[in-house]
Amino acid sequence: MKKFVGGVLLWSAVCVPAVWAQKTAVQSIEEYRAMLQDGNPADLFEAKGEDLWKQKRGPKALTLEQCDLGKGPGVVKGAFTELPRYFADTKRVQDLESRLLSCMETLQGFNAADIAKTAFDKGEQKTLTALATWISAESKGTKFNLSQAYPEERSFYEVGKRLFFQRGGPHDFSCASCHGQDEKRIRLQDLPNLTKNPGDGVGFAAWPAYRVSNGQMWGMQQRLNDCYRQQRFPYPGFGSDATVALAVYLGVNSQGSVSVAPAIKR
Amino acid sequence: MADPMRIRAQVAGDKATVRILMSHEMESGQRKDAAGNVVPAWYIQEVSATLNGKVVLTGEWGPAVSKNPFLQFTIKGAKAGDKVGVIWKDTKGDTRSDEATVS
Repeated sequence: MKKFVGGVLLWSAVCVPAVWAQKTAVQSIEEYRAMLQDGNPADLFEAKGEDLWKQKRGPKALTLEQCDLGKGPGVVKGAFTELPRYFADTKRVQDLESRLLSCMETLQGFNAADIAKTAFDKGEQKTLTALATWISAESKGTKFNLSQAYPEERSFYEVGKRLFFQRGGPHDFSCASCHGQDEKRIRLQDLPNLTKNPGDGVGFAAWPAYRVSNGQMWGMQQRLNDCYRQQRFPYPGFGSDATVALAVYLGVNSQGSVSVAPAIKR
Repeated sequence: MADPMRIRAQVAGDKATVRILMSHEMESGQRKDAAGNVVPAWYIQEVSATLNGKVVLTGEWGPAVSKNPFLQFTIKGAKAGDKVGVIWKDTKGDTRSDEATVS
């Protein structure tokens, strides 16, 4: 018996330091991200977005400075972490990007439907991404605090939850297939569990973000579009109620978590 | 006209660390578009940095440098209030120069 115990001890003595000595893939990725953080090109989009907010643009040649992001016309600080929310003027629950689109239509005279149909990273979609980057940056470090006061906001949460778990497509996938359990990953990418609060700066609290691998700045709408693409689902459309409902579900789940957007991704 | 650079320069001891973020596509000339046509090369070729007008760094860049490049270096003897200037020139002959104050 004594000999057996000794054997176990010896085994652990040999193995444990070997595990310690080697960095896990996740740790190496964290290190790489920390190195990139200092020169996050999102800064460039942020500067562009701030400029676009104050620029007289569109058929009406007006700025967006009177745009109401939920905290009153022109209030940008802290607006991002309270979106999506219900807006009485449009009678819709809107996320940051769909709200900006409404403002561009009502204030500047752009055609919102045309912009919504434009491909990401093209034309006025570029403007939207830059604006979203700057507005999110103005709320960096604040905690998510989404309203659930209006019945519309509560029903959007429920719809978002159902969409999150809805399976379909050729792979019989749902959002929950990848983001419904703890400690899952695809290749080397950690997948946050989005059915509960994933913590500060994870999931909903990390977008808009700059993607190093393709050198693109992505807003939450583009991130959701990519989720749908990977599920082989048709995209519900830019700023559609379905995508906003998902954002409400993710945002309410992230309640109290700190936003790090604009973040940097692989 | 190209988008502005972001330049930060901070003193630590007798040196200043300069961090520059440039906004550029940096097309390598190796990629093809959706129609199968080669996307022509378009990248920053010459970079130079100055401290109060005196050149402290020059570089020749190629197509292997990433999109929206980040450049960091230290300058010996730079003091707070000094001016750091950066200028780049790309393969289309387009240039951009920006200046920042060391803090």
